[in-house]
Amino acid sequence: MPIVTFLNSDGSAHNVDAPAGSSLMEAAVDNLIPGILAECGGACACATCHCYVDEQWLGKVAVAGEEENQLLSAVLDQRSNSRLSCQINLSEELDGLVVHLPESQY
Amino acid sequence: MQTEAHYQGAPILDVDPFSTEFLTDPYPFHEQLREAGPVVWIPKYKVWAMARYEEVRHVLDDWETFCSSAGGGLSNFNQEKPWRPPSIILEADPPMHNRTRGVLAPLLNRAALNKLREGFDEKAKLLVDSALARQEVDGVKDIAEVFPLQVFPDAVGLQKEGRENLLPYANMAFNAFGPRNELFEEAFKEAEKVTDWIMNQCRREALSEDGFGAQIYAAADAGEISEQEAGMLVRSLLTAGLDTTMYGITSALYSFASFPEQWSLIRENPALLRPAFEEVVRFQSPVQTFFRTTTCKTQVAGVPIDADQKVLLFLGAANRDPRRWEAPDTFDVRRRAVGHVGFGHGIHVCVGQMVARLEAESVLTELVKRVERIELNGEPVRRLNNTLRGLSSLPLKLYAAD
Ligand code: HEM
Ligand code: FES
Repeated sequence: MPIVTFLNSDGSAHNVDAPAGSSLMEAAVDNLIPGILAECGGACACATCHCYVDEQWLGKVAVAGEEENQLLSAVLDQRSNSRLSCQINLSEELDGLVVHLPESQY
Repeated sequence: MQTEAHYQGAPILDVDPFSTEFLTDPYPFHEQLREAGPVVWIPKYKVWAMARYEEVRHVLDDWETFCSSAGGGLSNFNQEKPWRPPSIILEADPPMHNRTRGVLAPLLNRAALNKLREGFDEKAKLLVDSALARQEVDGVKDIAEVFPLQVFPDAVGLQKEGRENLLPYANMAFNAFGPRNELFEEAFKEAEKVTDWIMNQCRREALSEDGFGAQIYAAADAGEISEQEAGMLVRSLLTAGLDTTMYGITSALYSFASFPEQWSLIRENPALLRPAFEEVVRFQSPVQTFFRTTTCKTQVAGVPIDADQKVLLFLGAANRDPRRWEAPDTFDVRRRAVGHVGFGHGIHVCVGQMVARLEAESVLTELVKRVERIELNGEPVRRLNNTLRGLSSLPLKLYAAD
């Protein structure tokens, strides 16, 4: 199972074991990571599952689709590595993935 | 009530989920359904029922086995003629559903709605001005029914005349998911007039140039859907987008009037406001039930279910399943309520959920700013509906914050 590290805006870190095939959002929610709210449950509607993919991992994560890109414009403090965690599928290749959490989802 | 008897290995529960008794106070029945087993047979309607969180989620996830195209209600469209042409989103399966959902979803997500926020907030401010001026108000007639009517029809782009037909139409549609009982008959008294008006408003010519309606027709111009399908999707918004939010705002006001300490918590920490609305939807479940139909022989929790069977999902009961929720009957705005199935789950999860959240947020933000306490000022009156749970009257007294 891929291990993912969530880094909070205050610097604290959470490592979680997530089953391949689940989404990054599910990995966060199932492990009660504070900071990923995921109001819409992965329907790509709420943008409250926003995260920043660590620069070192950008090349390994599949790029955002059109709908995700449109929705990303709604997040606070959008950056070039902004992603919606519900749209990222975890696989063995993403073992070790590091993501940073925003200060606030809205 | 009896639970000794079994049908295909599942307990039989002789209840009528659409009776006055059940709809007035569903909670003891929900508990019975949940505790009887993961899958229960309801002989009165010859349907399978599920009231536990896990099974409800499972069925909503597995759209290939549990389809929507045979109707979101009790009626099985494979065997009975629907009361209206079926919805092309709610009552459609992939691949058609992907196409129609693909048109509505981008219009209704948080990014798309941002441009509506300011207007919603302004209307909310005026509404709270007038409510506070009166102090004693009816939470349903003066707030919950007023606000959505002030913002939603404009957002869709409807003409002003005839909007009074919107509520009876939604009332028909949501009652029609149940059996042809008294509620159904009553709701359908003026069916023809109301339906004619609605269908007329769904035409391209009847809609303003800047609303959701016009955007849906733009998708038709782009070749994503046909002209006729565009009209059908406008109809979906008019059916599902107004009444539901009224019930949602009513649910919020009722919850906060019933649990004033929870209102104080939000006043102290307004960051709780959005999570609090999730808790409202979990706790009150304004949409109580939906159906699916099996496409093949299957099994749930060891119970064999034949093909072409109706499956009744108790969203409201799943949202209070103690297997999933700690102290499920406690209204607690600090709870992580996300994950509830009040907006459904899976491919048909409410496409308008961000509209519902925005409306609630606008109204509640203004109230939180300016109202110290919301007090019950008389007996609330239940409004019964075969699908929706809400009130027709909610006497409130508002205490202004200084
Ligand atoms: C508090 C308010 C609301 C609640 C509780 C609610 C609840 C639901 C639920 C439970 C479903 C799933 C139905 C199923 O799985 O068969 C659903 C679907 C749907 N809702 Fe909502 N809803 C609300 C507000 C809205 C609004 C404001 C709109 C329109 C702007 C809307 C439009 C729809 C549509 C079109 C569908 C069908 C989606 C699909 O089949 O893909 N709803 N809603
Ligand atoms: S969970 Fe809502 S957009 Fe990701």
